[in-house]
Amino acid sequence: MKRIARASLQSAANLVFFAVIATAVLASTFFLTRDEIVKSEQAEKLKLITQIVPPALFDNDIIQDTISIPADPLLGTEDITTAYRARLKGEPSAVVLEAIAPDGYSGKIWLILAVKSTGELAGVRVVAHKETPGLGDYIELPKSPWIKGFDGKSRAAYKEADWKVKKDGGQFEYMAGATITPRAIVKAVNKALIYFAENRDILFKANTPQKEKKK
Amino acid sequence: MSLQEYKDILHNGLWKQNPGIVQLLGLCPLLAVSSTVVNGVSLGLATAVVMALSGASIAPIRNYVPNEIRIPVFILIIAVLVTVVQYLMNAYMYGLYVVLGIFIPLIVTNCIVLARVEAFASKNAPLPSALDGFAMGLGLTAVLGVLGAMREIIGKGTLFSGIDLALGDMAQGWVLHIIPDYKGFLIAILPPGAFIGLGLLIAGKNWLNLRAEAKRKTTAPSSDSAAVTA
Repeated sequence: MKRIARASLQSAANLVFFAVIATAVLASTFFLTRDEIVKSEQAEKLKLITQIVPPALFDNDIIQDTISIPADPLLGTEDITTAYRARLKGEPSAVVLEAIAPDGYSGKIWLILAVKSTGELAGVRVVAHKETPGLGDYIELPKSPWIKGFDGKSRAAYKEADWKVKKDGGQFEYMAGATITPRAIVKAVNKALIYFAENRDILFKANTPQKEKKK
Repeated sequence: MSLQEYKDILHNGLWKQNPGIVQLLGLCPLLAVSSTVVNGVSLGLATAVVMALSGASIAPIRNYVPNEIRIPVFILIIAVLVTVVQYLMNAYMYGLYVVLGIFIPLIVTNCIVLARVEAFASKNAPLPSALDGFAMGLGLTAVLGVLGAMREIIGKGTLFSGIDLALGDMAQGWVLHIIPDYKGFLIAILPPGAFIGLGLLIAGKNWLNLRAEAKRKTTAPSSDSAAVTA
């Protein structure tokens, strides 16, 4: 009995020794790379955002000027998301929202969209999706310019019935053989614009407290 | 250790005991990321680095780790190395990190890494162990590269698409459009294409082996010793 206890203690001590070293190596790598990781993630975000918000539209630090918005059925989100606000000379010019189209052909389609303060779409991009490669993936910009069809559209110019693909009597293009994908996106974009119209003031409210918190 | 032994280690990893088409270990990343050359080679190289490092770090402590707990210790070390590689890629190769995504942490569970550590590094000196890990990793990389090239050309008609993610913006123009105006052949990109492609590669290697065998028999019919040294 005593021997078993001693052997297990010895093995445990051995494992602890290796675990301590492993943790130390991991922790130091983490601290060494942390800043660089945050930097590249923000650069990637900014790249995506400047694709849909023309640089001429803002002069603020758009990555820092954020507001957390709760999950909302109009956006299709199930978690808190971050909205980025573009301002020109202090005046709100556009907001970048995340939205999810829940009813793609293979599940959810993650979108970001930029809405100008006038309610007009500055641009839409698909961030992630699982649509069939070669068939439903024309929603990605590198594959096809389809997603640019949303640029400049608004709920003021298009009636509710227009926010559908052409096959369903609406105004939006689609590609034969893959209608479910664009249908889901058009629906999600329309709903996000409704959300924007309902929450415009909250979205653009300057959040001074958060700025003060910045280190 | 003699030069010949190092040569044998390289030969084993790259050809004779190739993890991708002979040992058939580590098939999960092999099939999942080999849709393009760039993805395949990138993950292959990341695996090779992890394997070389794990061989180099486990061989020196092989006599101090009690036999009963060697597997958890090996796994711990491999997991640490993979996480370090993951942090580094996340920091310095962000585009590629996003593309390879879940498959980087999954290198931990790639059985080829543990298999080489257990079969080689736990019995040999650090230098040959590191070389063995690296050679095995390169063997895997070669298979991933060839399979990726096959699937990419047949599936998309291009080569090296996404190379700018690995090498930066300057590589943007390096994508080769092998077949202009290609409509794509979906099955090559989807998982079945990976299985079919791998099957063809294995068949190809076996064919080359058989041919070498036959040639050896015809050129040196009687003298076995000559064949062995050749």
